[in-house]
Amino acid sequence: MGLTVSFFVLAAVVLLAGLAVVLLRNIFRAGLSLLLCFFGVAGIYVTLGADFLAAVQVLIYVGAIGILLLLALMLTPEAPRGSTEGRLVAVAAVLGGLVLVVLGFAALRTPWNVVATSLTDLPAPEPTTEALAQGLFTLEGGWVLPFEIASIMLLAAIIGAIVLVMERE
Amino acid sequence: MMSIGLEHYLLLSSALFAIGLYGALAKRNAVVVLMCIEIMLNAVNIALVAFSRFTVGAGLTGQMFAIFVMTVAAAEVAVGLALIISIYRARGTVDVGRINLLKW
Repeated sequence: MGLTVSFFVLAAVVLLAGLAVVLLRNIFRAGLSLLLCFFGVAGIYVTLGADFLAAVQVLIYVGAIGILLLLALMLTPEAPRGSTEGRLVAVAAVLGGLVLVVLGFAALRTPWNVVATSLTDLPAPEPTTEALAQGLFTLEGGWVLPFEIASIMLLAAIIGAIVLVMERE
Repeated sequence: MMSIGLEHYLLLSSALFAIGLYGALAKRNAVVVLMCIEIMLNAVNIALVAFSRFTVGAGLTGQMFAIFVMTVAAAEVAVGLALIISIYRARGTVDVGRINLLKW
């Protein structure tokens, strides 16, 4: 009951905030709606029993990526013209609707091999932090190699970002 | 009271993905395009975590995938914003319709 209500409230928040990002003219307000959308997604993770991911979502998306995007909006002032659409707006709307219909059809018609058809009938969620850490750092059958590759990719991204915005004499 | 199943999460994910796709294709401001790409990545993460919770034998694989998607998204947004800022310095605009140096 509580889970059902919270899912619908969070889904409404996520979708409305997402729509606000693409529809609002004021760029800064669109950025703030994006933060709200990320918060709603963190709540969706909680309803799915993914506690660690919800915390990481707030830390990385709301805390880091959202603030970085807001700073970039302020560093590149195009505010007077607002967040306008280009010439492709009709094509974009048709493609978006088409993707929604196709994905929705596939989601509803595929016979998913689920444990239970309702969220309330699933086994109670367990804390995921330790299990995720075990998975990430176990050598046999774990995710050590992707983890190390991700660290190298992050290092490359940091160096790349610094080099790109460096002031040249 | 209706019960929430995997399909509800997948429909939410599809709708959010469609919103992000529309914005990424239609918007002029490059930073807003990047924001819409982040929305699409979040939509995919919702689907991954929902699969990890609902399907038989998935374990935590979906959540692990979501963690790596977040890592790549963080790297992508850092490099993307650095690119946008250096383009803004060079050309004085972040309008994706007017960034056409490579267009013949």
